[in-house]
Amino acid sequence: MKVAITAAGPELSSPVDQRFGRARYLLVVDVPERTLEAVDNTAGMNAAQGAGIQAAQNVIDNKATALITGHCGPKAFRALKAANIDVYLASGGTVAEAIDQFEAGKLEQTSSADVDSHW
Amino acid sequence: MKIVIASGKGGTGKTTLSVNLATALAGVTTTGLLDCDVEEPNCHLYVKPAFAPTEPVGTPIPVVDEELCTGCGLCARACEFNALLALPGVPLLLPELCHNCGVCAYVCPEKAISEVDREVGMLGAGEVHGMYFRWGLLHVGEARSTPLVRAVKDLTDAPALHTVIIDAPPGVACPAVEAMRGADFAVLVTEPTPFGLHDLRLAVETARQLAMPCGVVINRVGIGDSRVHDYCAQEDLPILLEIPDDRRIAEACSRGEVFAAVDGAFADKLRVFASDLEARVQRAVTR
Repeated sequence: MKVAITAAGPELSSPVDQRFGRARYLLVVDVPERTLEAVDNTAGMNAAQGAGIQAAQNVIDNKATALITGHCGPKAFRALKAANIDVYLASGGTVAEAIDQFEAGKLEQTSSADVDSHW
Repeated sequence: MKIVIASGKGGTGKTTLSVNLATALAGVTTTGLLDCDVEEPNCHLYVKPAFAPTEPVGTPIPVVDEELCTGCGLCARACEFNALLALPGVPLLLPELCHNCGVCAYVCPEKAISEVDREVGMLGAGEVHGMYFRWGLLHVGEARSTPLVRAVKDLTDAPALHTVIIDAPPGVACPAVEAMRGADFAVLVTEPTPFGLHDLRLAVETARQLAMPCGVVINRVGIGDSRVHDYCAQEDLPILLEIPDDRRIAEACSRGEVFAAVDGAFADKLRVFASDLEARVQRAVTR
């Protein structure tokens, strides 16, 4: 399966970016192989509005079925839910560590937005 | 003539000047007062209209015909505002992000997108104390006020008016620009304080970008310092009116009274101010 993770850099050793819509990168990782594609999210970082929607579109377009990020606001969550993408929250660490936890079933799946818009 | 009363900073006295000016002119000439601060309107607290805003105002949003939509996603890719999400089926609309530009309907190859109105606020209009008054109230939670500002400014159904006074929202962002657009002259209200000066600069830049002649009203003269005066001299900005830091004006405001209605000298001063504005508008037109 493909898992999308927000990251501060383009590698597995990069820290998880706590932001979703305005994350620096979106890494699309094949699990369990751990091959990855780094999607630059500069457009989302600089979007005047709707950054979360644009990021959700990236997740959908890259055929990921789950997302790991720090926090997820209401509009982004609505978009991800409409696309049947499961959202998992990671409180820190690297992308590799987050995937370890995801595979071990230790990441919390959220059933709603955990922060307000523009948190 | 259409005069917009604007300011960068909030609380400088835009509404105070607007309602006092409208009141001073109401008996003299046909006068309209438009409260364009639709997020936090307060002219009505002073002019006390008998009518509330009850006429719904909408803004168009796209509706997708599921029968015709092929899920190609072109609409979502074209949306500059990220208001549409391309999904395997029909796209998801996030109405609060939509700026009703219509590009989605324009690019849809299947002509599957039409537009319907979504209510964003209420409008009220009518005669009160010899003036024509128009105001709007944005629904709580709405992010964009510009469609309602436009509706407040739409004078299609209004009587013929010699003077239209537009009370703009504070700041220099879209709602303020929408309120200013199309006016003959921008009256920028400020106070002689560092904050007042900082935001006055922004307001002046905005008026200049709109190629609109402008001048300054300094409210509460007597507080602060002389930097606003210095700036106006430097920038060759006319100081149109100075309102002293007078406790009687503040007391009238706090009671919801219009000072110009009880103080003839102040009303006279405002009528002179209006004549001066009219002359400036004339000169700007002939130039």
